[in-house]
Amino acid sequence: MTKTITLKVNGTEHTVEVEPRTLLVHLIRENISMTGTHIGCDTSSCGACTILINGKSAKSCTILAVQADGKEIATVEGLATAEGLHPIQEGFHLNHALHCGFCTPGMMMRAVEMLEKNPNPTEEEIRWGISGNLCRCTGYNNIVKAIQWTSAKMQGKELPSTEPEFV
Amino acid sequence: MIKCKTSKEIGGMGHSKKRKEDARFIQGKGNYVDDVKLPGMLYMDIVRSPYAYAKIKNIDASKALEIEGVVAVVTGKDLEKYGLHWMPTLMSDTQMVLPTDTVMYQAQEVCAVIATSRYLARDGKEAVRVDYEPMKPLMDPFDSMDPDSPVLRSDKEGKTDNHIWHWEVGDKDKTDSIFRNADVTVKQQMHIPRIHVASIETCGCVASYNKVENHLTMYMTTQAPHAIRTVIALVAGHVGLTEEKIRVISPDIGGGFGGKVPVYPGYVIAIAVSFLTGAPIKWIEDRSENLQADSFARDYHITAEMAGTKEGKILATRFKVLADHGYTDASANPSKFPTGLFSIGTGSYDYGASHMEADAVYTNKPPGGVAYRCSFRVTEAVHAIERMTDVFANKVGKDPAQLRMENFIKKEDFPWASPTGWLYDSGDYHAGLKMAMDALNYDQLRIEQAELRKEGKLMGIGISTFTEVVGAGPSKDFDILGIKMFDSAEIRVHPTGKAIARFGTKSQGQGHETTYAQIIAEELGIPMENIQIEEGDTDTAPYGLGTYASRSTPTAGAAAAMAARKLRDKAKKIAAYLMEVSEADLEWEPGKFYVKGAPEKVKTIQEIIFAAYTNHPPGMEGGFEATHYYDPPNLTFPSGAYICVVDIDPETCHIKIRRFVAIDDCGNIINPMIVQGQVHGGLTQGLAPAMYEELIYDKAGNILNGTLMDYLVPTAVESPHWETGHTVTPAPHHPIGAKGVGESPTVGAPPAIVNAIVDAVKHLGIEHLEIPVTPFKLYKELKKVGYFEE
Repeated sequence: MTKTITLKVNGTEHTVEVEPRTLLVHLIRENISMTGTHIGCDTSSCGACTILINGKSAKSCTILAVQADGKEIATVEGLATAEGLHPIQEGFHLNHALHCGFCTPGMMMRAVEMLEKNPNPTEEEIRWGISGNLCRCTGYNNIVKAIQWTSAKMQGKELPSTEPEFV
Repeated sequence: MIKCKTSKEIGGMGHSKKRKEDARFIQGKGNYVDDVKLPGMLYMDIVRSPYAYAKIKNIDASKALEIEGVVAVVTGKDLEKYGLHWMPTLMSDTQMVLPTDTVMYQAQEVCAVIATSRYLARDGKEAVRVDYEPMKPLMDPFDSMDPDSPVLRSDKEGKTDNHIWHWEVGDKDKTDSIFRNADVTVKQQMHIPRIHVASIETCGCVASYNKVENHLTMYMTTQAPHAIRTVIALVAGHVGLTEEKIRVISPDIGGGFGGKVPVYPGYVIAIAVSFLTGAPIKWIEDRSENLQADSFARDYHITAEMAGTKEGKILATRFKVLADHGYTDASANPSKFPTGLFSIGTGSYDYGASHMEADAVYTNKPPGGVAYRCSFRVTEAVHAIERMTDVFANKVGKDPAQLRMENFIKKEDFPWASPTGWLYDSGDYHAGLKMAMDALNYDQLRIEQAELRKEGKLMGIGISTFTEVVGAGPSKDFDILGIKMFDSAEIRVHPTGKAIARFGTKSQGQGHETTYAQIIAEELGIPMENIQIEEGDTDTAPYGLGTYASRSTPTAGAAAAMAARKLRDKAKKIAAYLMEVSEADLEWEPGKFYVKGAPEKVKTIQEIIFAAYTNHPPGMEGGFEATHYYDPPNLTFPSGAYICVVDIDPETCHIKIRRFVAIDDCGNIINPMIVQGQVHGGLTQGLAPAMYEELIYDKAGNILNGTLMDYLVPTAVESPHWETGHTVTPAPHHPIGAKGVGESPTVGAPPAIVNAIVDAVKHLGIEHLEIPVTPFKLYKELKKVGYFEE
């Protein structure tokens, strides 16, 4: 038994037949072949699969594909435009906020929504804001720094230094 | 401030160049193993044991095979026909690929289901019925030592106990004599708990066997692709899969940390099934499978002792270890080092006697243990020595910073021969600790602590001044399954002066595509932007033993410099020919040769390289390529001085890290930004076992926290803002003076944190706390010493 659903992914409409039990993350990765969204756990704990559904961040491993019928999905592949990288992508690159890159897409998608709702978050707000996304490599210092940098960039403020600071 | 010899455009050592590899990762274009999709690919899922120790009475796959899309169910009996049901571990022990009669730990592989989709493979897995006859498991390694305990590895002929090996090092008589005569001796039992690397990407592979060509392509999450190719050839050579017919491709890896060094049964099953069916087989673990079945790390029970004078001079140490390896020794150590490099545990201190011994035993737990972001058991050793230094300081009533300063090996005493046989290459321990203390205003903190105590507040300051030993290693001592642990670099420079370089290592996030390019840029003067780095494909990269144990910079990084120097020598000959001068008349400056005293007579490296293809001297080989296999003369000995400040809520026992300053010395620094990033990440992986992580089993052998719901990987909220800095003491024997850094913070952080927590409560009568120090554990200890009024 399958069900036909229609959803927009990064602005492009897709009509796909899926089993009702298919997870949204598998639809994105396997049916639509966008592999930037990752799977890091089986308990909705790690956030590597974070995407935006109608602008709201969600863990796509915990949502059925059929629940996304008629919705607009945004994934990491949709961040950059013809004009260039999204500020969050620049922020992560310039501030060395990624090592292995596996958590990065989910982390950035979460940060995008956070900055939309709270354009000027404090360090504590950032840390709580990304607490549903695990990173095993960076120790989070530079992810926080990257989100602060992106916040400044998106508001047209003076950009903080992207050089490493040492005691 | 780090001095750079090259311009920013060339971007050699010391420049914080942004990473070249980022572009694909930030745009969702990384290529991890689960992204590999081949035509006709089948999916594998694995049925796992619910019991820690049981006889398998029967496996009934009939219901699974009735499911449309389930292609096969593979059992140990099926593999037995091809002699593939057991495999060797890297420590020359044996491990089941699939069991034929007995399961030895919970979550062990029992049989594999092959199907046309991921979901159907899972359906098949649910439909397989296995009858077990449970037995009472051995979960405590001390019970394993009991002669009355059942012998777990009855598969081994003549095995009459659960003992795996005994190891010892150091002068026992001398050490014992010092202990007998010392003013002060202290002793502490401690457990370094079983933990898991929990890289965010789990393990997996796509095994693709081409029957027509008799050729296997193995895409897998491996930190050591060449070693894996050799292992596959050794295991499967008898069925015709010889080494030239095997290509291992390690694509982008989503974190390794040592957990992606071993060969797991899933890989072997996938290969076997692909070999038999001719179809590509994809196997990707779930997170829970990864936590419950893949190699653990640590699990050392240590009795640590220190002897010294009442003035606080350390005279000797004694360590006795009981190592719980689970049902097989599946460590990934160099072959001659069953307990890894634990013997670095004499620490950063100048004393002449130590004796260490270890015994390893089998239990009904998953096999291991891997060197989790640690150069083979260095984390365990550093925890023991750094905890004991504090216990000793407390006993003699001396400030732990002062006691360390008084006992450090002095800068001028390097190279320094340790009582357990290492030759520490270089270090400046006093400078590192002083820098950390200054950064925090240590003396002021002690004054504040005294005042807070008067108010009943709990604040502690903890120090860890560790010495690491990395870069395995010199071929006279270091091998894995007989293969010497050198590593390699091959540089090919194209006529237009741009290069590609390939390595036997494999980045899992360390940034090799950037730092290796910087090393070559430093030596050859070609801009690092113009140097492409490749790793992870055994068909194209030179042989090497991979990335773990902080060995990439010490071995392959050195190979890159040496290969580049061969090319610079060639460049000099070409330059002399082009400018019609003798080589002795030429001076090198990054990127060009010029004539001494006539700097206007100059040839850029790009002009020289072009000439190597268009106008090279008669009699010289054309082209501009070099390869180097680097065999290190010694290991490198990075060090660090870490200070942690904690505040503890006296009611809830919540522990808050107020500040954490980490001063590392990894020798010369290739890219300060990347080194700092490595330190940040390692510190959080040190925080994790200090306060949060531990794999917990009940007496029946059930894992109690085998998912990320309850295995507490720190989030951004638990992790403090790390403050880092560095001193630079080059490795004298290393071509670029670098030492390696990836693991120092994981090794050094736990004792700093625990020493801080103990320091906050030692005036209440607490001398030691076992990690992870959770609020509840601290509460119980405080209750024991009567801190809480009834």
